[in-house]
Amino acid sequence: MSTNIVIENGRLICPKNRVDRSSTPLYIQNGKMAGIGEAPAGFVAEQRIDATGCVVSPGFIDLGARLNSIEAELAAAVAGGVTSVVVPPDADPPLDEPELADRLVHRGKEIRKARVLPLGALTLGLKGERLAELAGLKKAGCVAFSQANKTVVDTEALLRAMEYAATFGFAVWLQPQDHWLSRNGIAHEGEVASRLGLAGIPVAAETIAIGTIIQLVRITGCRVHLTRISSAAGMALIQRAQLDQLPITCDVGIHHLLLTDNDIGYFNPHARFCPPLRSQNDRQALSDAVVAGRAAICSDHTPVGADDKLLPFGEAKPGATGLEVLLPLTLKWAESANVDLPTALARITSAPAEVLGVERGSLSTGTVADLCIFDPEATWQLTPEALKSRGKNSPWTGYPMTGKVKATLVSGRVVYQA
Amino acid sequence: MYNPQLNKDGELTHLLSIEGLPKRILDQILDTAASFMEVSAREVKKVPLLRGKSVFNLFFENSTRTRTTFEIAAKRLSADVINLDINKSSASKGETLLDTIDNLCAMHANLFVVRHASSGAPYLIAEHLRKAGRDDIHVVNAGDGRHAHPTQGLLDMYTIRHYKKDFTQLRVAIVGDILHSRVARSDIHALTTLGVPEVRAIGPETLLPKHLDKLGVHVFHDMEEGLKDCDVVIMLRLQNERMTGALLPSAGEYFRHYGLTPQKLALAKPDAIVMHPGPMNRGVEIHSAVADGSQAVILPQVTFGIAVRMAVMSIVAGN
Repeated sequence: MSTNIVIENGRLICPKNRVDRSSTPLYIQNGKMAGIGEAPAGFVAEQRIDATGCVVSPGFIDLGARLNSIEAELAAAVAGGVTSVVVPPDADPPLDEPELADRLVHRGKEIRKARVLPLGALTLGLKGERLAELAGLKKAGCVAFSQANKTVVDTEALLRAMEYAATFGFAVWLQPQDHWLSRNGIAHEGEVASRLGLAGIPVAAETIAIGTIIQLVRITGCRVHLTRISSAAGMALIQRAQLDQLPITCDVGIHHLLLTDNDIGYFNPHARFCPPLRSQNDRQALSDAVVAGRAAICSDHTPVGADDKLLPFGEAKPGATGLEVLLPLTLKWAESANVDLPTALARITSAPAEVLGVERGSLSTGTVADLCIFDPEATWQLTPEALKSRGKNSPWTGYPMTGKVKATLVSGRVVYQA
Repeated sequence: MYNPQLNKDGELTHLLSIEGLPKRILDQILDTAASFMEVSAREVKKVPLLRGKSVFNLFFENSTRTRTTFEIAAKRLSADVINLDINKSSASKGETLLDTIDNLCAMHANLFVVRHASSGAPYLIAEHLRKAGRDDIHVVNAGDGRHAHPTQGLLDMYTIRHYKKDFTQLRVAIVGDILHSRVARSDIHALTTLGVPEVRAIGPETLLPKHLDKLGVHVFHDMEEGLKDCDVVIMLRLQNERMTGALLPSAGEYFRHYGLTPQKLALAKPDAIVMHPGPMNRGVEIHSAVADGSQAVILPQVTFGIAVRMAVMSIVAGN
């Protein structure tokens, strides 16, 4: 049985319910939110958490984090205030069989840190050819189906996969990237790539794929979530599709909200991402879309071993560690985009909850008590030692971070305490 | 901004790219090269500037010509030269680029001349040496991917200065596969740094990098228009694998539009010089009558190349 907890003296922010109240107690009973400000009848606190100077927020929901070593990465998640982690299927082996999904979910429950929400492979081996057993994967706990950052080259296969998913009402998550236009590229096709002699990935690689997917959504009615949008033109296409009431949502990786291809500098392999960091105009358009609530933020957590980064830019593996920097980088983005704290938190709580269609990401009474308590002013330095994740790869190494998680609760149980 | 090529006194410690180097350093290299021209004409073609130092030619990508000129240059500076053709063999044994470097550092290398198929590889090595506190070991980029070939760029500048004296009155055209050319990128940065008022790039859209105008280059698709009144014409090599496929239909069609013939050259200034980094594809990018003609300075380029590489190595290892 879980404990009756009261979190006192904190600033409660629930973006979904437009709650922002200072020094207000939050009550937790039976692992659920039990009231704001007023204790439920007969409530006897067994544990008191002092949140003076801190924000009490719904736990963060991360729409994309790779868990290469699940124990370390789930510890990293809760250290970063992330209480639900959507895991893409591009593990080794790919998550294309119900038993694999079952095992992952089971391991997650054993570890008892963040919730693990796997994405099942849409096609066997993510090869884009034969459908995986979607219904079986769903039963094993997959929340949706995805190709991670692999493309389905065969448009007919994609059409059939979306038809099949739509039959069962499953959502399909796709990272829009035209295979042919992106296969040889390593950086955004622009001035920087031209100057550094890096093979380019044009914006059209993204827009062509989005265009195709939008047409397939029109035909199939399949619910689609587009992951890691990188370009202004791509975002504009999505906005138009949303205005047409198509069931399409999208997210943006936190690094794409803060960095551009200019940050490649002298071939910094930590600035290599998939999709690539694009221009300042693109970054601005992504930021505007997130401000307007048209896209959620995700960490796109990708642990890469040091040896796989200590290589020339084009040979280095793309991606950066994300779970433990999601909060400070989101706060950094909020400051630069002149966005208030509740709005910023909405993009990593209620917005991703909406994408998933789950009753989490709020402080609503009766919902599960997944919470993050953080000090928005506390600063710390990003060093490899400061991270619990095995992925120490970050373009921010050595930089000061503002915003530090003090405690994380999942189902009313403290799973992390600084 | 931090510049990995310069030491704290602003002197050249690695030569990684022409981009980011101030004009004074380019002038210093060209002036030093001029002083070495005389050494190559001597009976005993040696100066003792790098005596006792070890130069490692580290070629991760095949090259005979560039490696040979680096070897000659290092030997004329009295250095010990070790040639390593690494190709894919070390990589297949699981040794990483930086493992290789660490091993060679343990053999007391003083200077690495690096060619690598990946853009930026020499930067990675320079950064690794900096982190290891080895500011006594220097890196000279002998060509990295599509990025840079700075000694070729410098020997091109030496050639232009030799024949044209003043950079500030010139119109220079670079013709051909600029997209895949590290030589073109180095030439463009060198020409703009040295004050050439008009740098032109001539080629089909498929062989031009995007946003070339941002590098200060005027783009021409019509070679005849682009060559008009030029003082210098730099032809680029068209790699075999690019001649057919999605970039170009055929070597023949390429030659008809972008091959340098005597007729097209006549559109440039009468005293225009023709350069080529070699090896040439006669009948593909250049007509033999031009390659062997009086305006071609392709062989002097090679001779100057040795003096320029001597200058670069003596400057970086001397600083």
